[in-house]
Amino acid sequence: MLEKALSGSKKYWLWMTFLLVLIGIGVISYLYQFRVGLGITGMSRDVSWGFYIGQFTFLVGVAASAVMIVLPYYLHNYKQFGKITILGEFLAIPSVMMCLLFIFVDMGQPMRILNVLLHPTPNSILFWDAMVLNGYLVLNLIVGWTVLGADRKGFPPPKWIKPFIYLSIVWAPSIHIVTAFLYAGLPGRHFWLSAIMAARFLASAFSSGPALLIILALIIRKVTKFDPGKEAIQALGKIVTYFMIANVLFLGFEFFTAFYSNIPGHMHPFQYLYSGLEGHEKLVPMMWISSILAIVALGLLIFPRIRRNETLLAIACVAVFLSLWIDKGFGLIIGGFVPNPFEKVTEYWPTLPETLIVLGVWAIGFLILTALYKIAVTVREETAGVELEH
Amino acid sequence: MINRRDFLKIAGVSIMSGLGSVSALNVIKDNILEASEYLPPSGAITAKRWGMVIDVSKFKTDENFKKVIDACHRIHNVPDLGNPKDEIKWIWTDTFKHTFPGQETEHMPEALEHKPFVLLCNHCENPPCVRVCPTKATFKTKEGITQMDYHRCIGCRFCMAACPFGARSFNWKDPQHFIKEENKEYPTRTKGVVEKCNFCIERLAKGLMPACVEVSNGAIVFGDMNDPNSDVRKILSSHYAIRRKNELGTRPSVYYIIGGNENA
Repeated sequence: MLEKALSGSKKYWLWMTFLLVLIGIGVISYLYQFRVGLGITGMSRDVSWGFYIGQFTFLVGVAASAVMIVLPYYLHNYKQFGKITILGEFLAIPSVMMCLLFIFVDMGQPMRILNVLLHPTPNSILFWDAMVLNGYLVLNLIVGWTVLGADRKGFPPPKWIKPFIYLSIVWAPSIHIVTAFLYAGLPGRHFWLSAIMAARFLASAFSSGPALLIILALIIRKVTKFDPGKEAIQALGKIVTYFMIANVLFLGFEFFTAFYSNIPGHMHPFQYLYSGLEGHEKLVPMMWISSILAIVALGLLIFPRIRRNETLLAIACVAVFLSLWIDKGFGLIIGGFVPNPFEKVTEYWPTLPETLIVLGVWAIGFLILTALYKIAVTVREETAGVELEH
Repeated sequence: MINRRDFLKIAGVSIMSGLGSVSALNVIKDNILEASEYLPPSGAITAKRWGMVIDVSKFKTDENFKKVIDACHRIHNVPDLGNPKDEIKWIWTDTFKHTFPGQETEHMPEALEHKPFVLLCNHCENPPCVRVCPTKATFKTKEGITQMDYHRCIGCRFCMAACPFGARSFNWKDPQHFIKEENKEYPTRTKGVVEKCNFCIERLAKGLMPACVEVSNGAIVFGDMNDPNSDVRKILSSHYAIRRKNELGTRPSVYYIIGGNENA
């Protein structure tokens, strides 16, 4: 089926070339980082994780898009999702790949990365995160490819794939929970040391992932002959709505605990992020943009009549995606490091080469996504009208 | 009745899982070996659990601090990158408020408020950095030292996020150009790995006290925390001493006597 990604319209190739240029710039920037060291980034002794780890954390969430479609379809027999399960699975694949790439570019000694497997360390959450992420990647590759391959030939998917599908459903939450545990078990990092961290990760994942999927489905309908289905998009909209409400509530719970208890260590990171601490306020505008986007998104999503308008739904989804991209891809990581263990404030901002590397990784993700979607859509266009029982 | 085909299936699965568990056991066994292979060389001074008591009142001038810091950084080839962003330090000073966050009071003696304190790795008994390291590049020795293998470290910096004491530094750049005078007796590091105080494990192996202890004029005392007759235990039994962020349960091995001159 791979050959289907190798023939396309002029626009398709223009887009792929654009991505390849971004990837090229990213690779050159990475070679520079590889030679000089991570000192070319904005990270420091005090803020020792930054943009890379933030993007990794956010993208673990996006990978959740698959389960939010696969679960209703296979466990609740929700037929409307039949046509788009493949879109969810094929979004999860590049998302997890980007996660792994972001971890890779963050390593000080990338050539030694296999030490994680050579010296397996079960007491390290990072070891488990590597396991669950790679597992999720493999599961989605197997399931997505097999089901699509069967569709193309006009057959229902083989029976042996069912256990893999059910396993992928059970597996999906683990990638968010384990990633949250990277942060939530560290003594002395007040901002992260919160039992609701994993719940927040699940809520933000199950809203940002499907939000991106809605945007992608609308784009696909516009540029191809494949229609993901109005009902399916509306159902996804409901999922985004409920989980976004939960996500905003969970953030509110964090605020309550920090400020009603009035414990300085718990309040400081929130003060730094939302109003500035000791005159340092680099992240304040970003965090407020995130908050405003979240409010706008909820305003559009909560009322069914607004949500049913696909243009407004698209705007809401963009707002959800950007809001959570800032909140999880940036604020959540930096907030854990400010103030530092000495109760001092060191600020962080990514440098140009760091940003170009981030763009390069995203471009790799979108390149894989485009190729996979091209394959899926071409198969769907060929079998249009043929409804298959999965 | 079990037919031949089923029998082969079961046998195959059993053998596979058996092989799997054998190799898993080997992995576990290897790690035990790794930790116990170390035997102290002859002439080494040993302990069940090394620890340190710092008598703050015995540090009187800036010169006292400088001597301690320089001795450590010189023999361990700690580079001076000249900016706080890339800074690498094994032992350094800070004020009371930043050394013991949350312990400062509104009306404490002014002399204490502005006095510098010596900070270094606490060599915790229950270290979060060891817990989170995905490659065992940071590990506990049998003598209670939190030690690092610079050649195994992948530079993920999980340990820096986990350490509540800010004891760890990362080589953001190649440190070679920033070492003033290289000590050939101790390795230099490469870019992309974490490093920190090692309680002078290489000096203990030769029967020498840690460098900071040696040049501190008795302000830093080093010894076996598990031996009730050791100097450190004797001091602790007669002086009230505090540890940094005791409430986190990492059980630091570095104690501070704050009391002032009357206790010295």
